Amino acid sequence: MISLETPKKFRPLVSQAHQVATEVFRPISRKYDLAEHEHPKELDMLASLIDGMNAGSDMGGAGAAGVRRDRAPAGETANRNGSNLSTVLGVMELCWGDVGLLLSMPRQGLGNAAIASVANEEQLARYDGRWAAMAITEPEAGSDSAAIRTTAVLDGDEYVLNGEKIYVTAGERADLVVVWATLDRSKGRAAIKSFVVERENPGLKLERLERKLGIRASDTAAFRLEDCRVPKEDMLGSDTIDVKQGFGGAMQTFDNTRPLVAAMAVGLTRACLEETATQLERAGVVLDHGAPAHAQHAAAARLQAMQADYEAARLLTLQAAWMADNAKPNSLHASMAKAKAGRTCVEVALACVELCGSLGYSEGGLLEKWARDAKILDIFEGTQQIQLLIVARQLLGKTSADLC
Amino acid sequence: MNTSERGMGLGLRALNRLAGSELLDRVGQRGRVERWVFQGTRRGFRAAEATSRRFSAAARLTRPVRQGHARASELFDLSLDEEQQMLREAIGAFAAEQVRPAALAADDACATPVELLAQASELGMTTLGVPEELGGVMAERSAITSVLVAEALAHGDVGIALAALAPGAVATALGLWGDALQQSTYLPAFTGESPPAAALALLEPQALFDPLKLTTRARREAGEWVLTGTKTLVPCAGRAELFVIAAAAEGLGPSLFVVESATAGVSSETEPGMGLRAAETGRLTLAGARLPASALLGEGRSEVYLECVQRARIAWCALAVGAAQAVLDYAIPYVNARVAFGEPISNRQAVAFAVADVAIELEGMRLLTYRAANRADIGASFDRESALARRLCADKGARIGSDGVQLLGGHGYVKEHPVERWYRDLRALGVMEGALLV
Repeated sequence: MISLETPKKFRPLVSQAHQVATEVFRPISRKYDLAEHEHPKELDMLASLIDGMNAGSDMGGAGAAGVRRDRAPAGETANRNGSNLSTVLGVMELCWGDVGLLLSMPRQGLGNAAIASVANEEQLARYDGRWAAMAITEPEAGSDSAAIRTTAVLDGDEYVLNGEKIYVTAGERADLVVVWATLDRSKGRAAIKSFVVERENPGLKLERLERKLGIRASDTAAFRLEDCRVPKEDMLGSDTIDVKQGFGGAMQTFDNTRPLVAAMAVGLTRACLEETATQLERAGVVLDHGAPAHAQHAAAARLQAMQADYEAARLLTLQAAWMADNAKPNSLHASMAKAKAGRTCVEVALACVELCGSLGYSEGGLLEKWARDAKILDIFEGTQQIQLLIVARQLLGKTSADLC
Repeated sequence: MNTSERGMGLGLRALNRLAGSELLDRVGQRGRVERWVFQGTRRGFRAAEATSRRFSAAARLTRPVRQGHARASELFDLSLDEEQQMLREAIGAFAAEQVRPAALAADDACATPVELLAQASELGMTTLGVPEELGGVMAERSAITSVLVAEALAHGDVGIALAALAPGAVATALGLWGDALQQSTYLPAFTGESPPAAALALLEPQALFDPLKLTTRARREAGEWVLTGTKTLVPCAGRAELFVIAAAAEGLGPSLFVVESATAGVSSETEPGMGLRAAETGRLTLAGARLPASALLGEGRSEVYLECVQRARIAWCALAVGAAQAVLDYAIPYVNARVAFGEPISNRQAVAFAVADVAIELEGMRLLTYRAANRADIGASFDRESALARRLCADKGARIGSDGVQLLGGHGYVKEHPVERWYRDLRALGVMEGALLV
């Protein structure tokens, strides 16, 4: 039976996440935007609190760890609302508070999502409670992740990793870094595997932290891997190079993490729209949903059009998460959600700054910060253009060789 | 073979397909559907012979009958129930096999073949909003079901969908807001043999039209209502026997009136538009049309009128979703087959990304439309949701119509392909108010 409302059982979680966003994130948003690279220590206590909240609950929490796909019991066809859905709902609320701070939440990294997606049971238990960052991008390989050059060579019971990784979110602060490397560059994408590397591993050298347009509360690290030795049981997924399966294992992570990034964008979009509605109201403009767009003040009509795009992004995100909960293949819908949410949040944030004028542009408010934060959401975990490629290939029945 | 025999043949084929559907047995819905089909055959395939039928209450209800409404689901869910799947399958087959092949000629002729309309009403499309006690098939009112029906039908053709669904809007209005007398007088005709052509008229010929600021007036005079004004782009205006017309009622504000077409002072003229041509749109003139006090629907309560405006918006969104899906489904094989510069044009990002964008925005349109309809079904407010769905469908729908033509280039501009029709039809979103209800 069709229903697109927030499920009743997740309302307490949404409300808790909203309180965290209001009481913890918002008050320190500007502080860590200005103090880039400073560790937001307020989050450590919050993370423990959230761990406590999650213990003994099946709701998966508000972070990236909740994306594991449980297989539905055989024969079960009933509708499920599980951790994928609860996680995107939580992330939306927290990012209504602050995207940079969410990305800095201990134990909620994208590496945790990768582990949750592809790790075996033994690994899951071993990495439990640890904060994992994700290292894919290299100076010469961004969207084209099949072109990565970091190598992994088996030597006895260890893999030896060599290469360079950049744009590692939470790379400085995390306990673990999930590093993508190739077992054999001549075998292409099928040879790419991910390795869980201890942050303290002497072969993993922190080169620098980036200075960025936005999400400054979140550290973005660059690493060099120099004969970095990793026990072979820290490789995620199978060690065989299956050319037919190709990227399969590694890329599977993205089906689960893209709805999360879409959810971040949705939360930020709502923050912008709410703030703008408040400012417009102070300026004497109120949106009336009963009247046609052309009978409204131009600013109200624009606000309504943006709300419509916001709703589309939000529902597409919930749809992608719901499909994951119900074990339906969702890579098409995950990319549709990410594409829509990513571009919507940038368009909306920039338009809101314009509508609010100096109030939007000045550091006296948060809109200008949100507009800077927004841009990364249309870039990381696959740019807008990569999402469109994925969607188009699926719809048109194309391979990556046909359409690139 | 005469027209009515041919109509019967087509209709039976559609019914046969429904009867042969494995889905019916799989979901244990056969009994319900057979009852549905029985109603169809009882009614028969007759061309609309009545031009000025007398509506009268043969057996009078003592109180109005309403469909129940659905319980709110505890969970987020995008799966259709069994009845909805079955209905979508049946209407989808009808749209593909009967509606789409007739669309070009209907657009040219500015008319939908009567046998096609008879088949549509046979499939139960016009009585979704009629309470079961009064001969309808749905115990619960379901805006979602209406949306699914409209979407599936519009995938065949938007103009024909409008023509087929327009009488249902009047039946739904009576089901939702009619009093005992209005229901007893008018609803039996909709479930009986040869249901009447009927239309819900809100739109007025005015730039920046606002359905809350009507220029059509209803004046009180000696216990009667006197209507003066003009309604525009009314589906089947020339053939309709019954209208529900919106007018600013003296002392009440915007209200709905049940108006028989035979009423003195009611006249119509054809008014074809850019699209929706198969729906025989016309302009309706009300020159001091006198109506009994009992013509006022829903006691002129403002929430009734607002609900009507909002339900109509959802229905139009459903048509847009169906048409936009048709664009996507048509464009994909075209861009894969069309070769330029030595390879399929779909190998180029400029083309492929346009297709991806159509799919992304279309899915958003669909989800917003379903959400608004579901909120209507569970008795939650849906003013914001229907307004946002309309905004999105108007903006993205028109864009998708344009992209459909663009993807086919010059071929898109000629009538050999249907995309030029969808371009015209999809612009109706943002313009149309009323005319349909979910």
